[in-house]
Amino acid sequence: MKNKSALLFLVVALTSLLLGILFGLLASLQYINSDFLKEYIAFNKMRPFHVTTVVSWIVLCAIGSIYFFITHLEKHTLYSQRLVKVHFIVFLLTGVGIYISFFLGKMEGREYLAYSPILTIPILLGWVLFGINYFKTITKKISEWPVYYWMWGTGIVFMIYHLCEAHLWVFPYFREHFIKDISVQWKSYGSFVGSWNMLVYGTAIYVMAKIKNDKGSTKNKTVFFFYFLGLTNLMFGWAHHTYLIPTQPWVRYVAYAISMTEWIVLGHIIYSWIKSLSKEQKDKYNMAYKFLKAADFWVFINIILALLFSIPAINYFTHGTHITVAHSMGTTIGINTTILLASLFFITQNISPNYKATPSFLTKNYYIFNISLFLFFSTLIYAGIKRSNWMYFSKDVPFSKMQDELHTTYIAFFVFGLCLVFSITSLSIVLLKRLMKALKGKYNFE
Amino acid sequence: MIYLNQFFGSMINNGNKNILVLLTLVTAFCVYNLIIYTHNDRENPIRLESDALRGQQLWQNNNCWSCHQVYGLGGYLGPDLTNIYSIPNKGPQYIKAFLNSGVKSMPKFDFSDTEKDDIVAYLKYIDSTGYYPNYDAKFKATGWVELKYKNEK
Repeated sequence: MKNKSALLFLVVALTSLLLGILFGLLASLQYINSDFLKEYIAFNKMRPFHVTTVVSWIVLCAIGSIYFFITHLEKHTLYSQRLVKVHFIVFLLTGVGIYISFFLGKMEGREYLAYSPILTIPILLGWVLFGINYFKTITKKISEWPVYYWMWGTGIVFMIYHLCEAHLWVFPYFREHFIKDISVQWKSYGSFVGSWNMLVYGTAIYVMAKIKNDKGSTKNKTVFFFYFLGLTNLMFGWAHHTYLIPTQPWVRYVAYAISMTEWIVLGHIIYSWIKSLSKEQKDKYNMAYKFLKAADFWVFINIILALLFSIPAINYFTHGTHITVAHSMGTTIGINTTILLASLFFITQNISPNYKATPSFLTKNYYIFNISLFLFFSTLIYAGIKRSNWMYFSKDVPFSKMQDELHTTYIAFFVFGLCLVFSITSLSIVLLKRLMKALKGKYNFE
Repeated sequence: MIYLNQFFGSMINNGNKNILVLLTLVTAFCVYNLIIYTHNDRENPIRLESDALRGQQLWQNNNCWSCHQVYGLGGYLGPDLTNIYSIPNKGPQYIKAFLNSGVKSMPKFDFSDTEKDDIVAYLKYIDSTGYYPNYDAKFKATGWVELKYKNEK
């Protein structure tokens, strides 16, 4: 392989995944034992490590996959090899900078983007470089683009916009008005997730089209209808986060109307694809297929949950409870991570088609991953119901007592999290080994 | 009108319908954002003052959102603090006593008296903007929930 930058992104992404789940596990221990690591790295410092690292996994894996697909499989000549290297170095150095600032306790940002706002500048620069390289590389007429080119392009542009929007609080005009400030903050987060979903779902559609060897289905009216529905959701469907904030009611009406159509979009596409695949195609890319099938299951589970809590009367009881966490874990692990693991299995199979995998080992971990995630998810739903009950029907019970009553639930949460970490680590190590071999030039892949 | 039809018709014929839809959505998005960024309809008319702004920055610098929520948004290890300022038997002294206590999962902070005042000022401001949990909710058959707001105009 001449250009290995895409693989570098993927290796760092997998490393981030391993680190991120480790931080998550350590943070969850603090729910069981409040003194655990409290003196060294209390929960308020541990959580940003976990969140930043797992978000990096999603974003870096999507970027690496896109670079790989457009150069190695679509055979486009990258507009600039230098830009992709600069992009990688900028992101890597910024990541190191963020970790250093976290270790030093310099966290001046907000939830999900806890690092000092100044570090957003190189992150934005990286996205702009990626955008330039992407759009300059995809030189064909826009009207001929398959839907995944649109999705990736949209994801890049909206990532840049919403990353800026998430930092509008640095301006006094926003910061001084609390309701506007918190609304814009959560608007940007909702759309930020929508933007990375564009990158991840575009990747899912690409991998599906390649496995099926059918480009036609990525240009038809139906997929474009769903793409635009997803985009509408990204733009206007964020307000279910803020139903209970005293914002203007019309904002909430819009969000309620648009609701959570995004999940139906992906669910429909994956379901139709699975139905149309032949046995040979399923067997050829066995693990990639399995993970995309798992993503379909998680889309289905999350559709039910998301559609339910997009109804304000239900949202009233679920908002601010662990049910919201179940939704975010269900989507980031169940949907995003399974799609990205499918993408990585697809990529590594293209790099090393003769690699002797141990199917039973991978399959075993695939099942451990899905079963433990389901139990992890169910535990959060249960904890959410208990918390909601406390909030609305046991007002006089102190918060600490409610937390103590959830202690066993938190232990179960930790145990299922541990199983999840075990399976993700096992799968990631297999993928990392293959990627490292490719980086060292042990595979003759162009 | 005929020219417009011809123009859009030719675009559609050339397979650019997608671009047209995209432009329409982006235009609506720009208008929508402009309204969100500029409207203060439901806003408490009083802006955060300097002490509350310092409190807000302390809240961020110490990642209070990691464990605590405001309007149900934030972490789950600690309680929601939207109305901690006005809840009976709690209020400013309770907040100040808690800040450096290091009880349970709460980190052992070392806030000065001025910093404690600033955090209290910030929480007082948040409290003035509304209720959470909002017990004055009316449920509609459509699934909609009507909420009672503070400072309703």
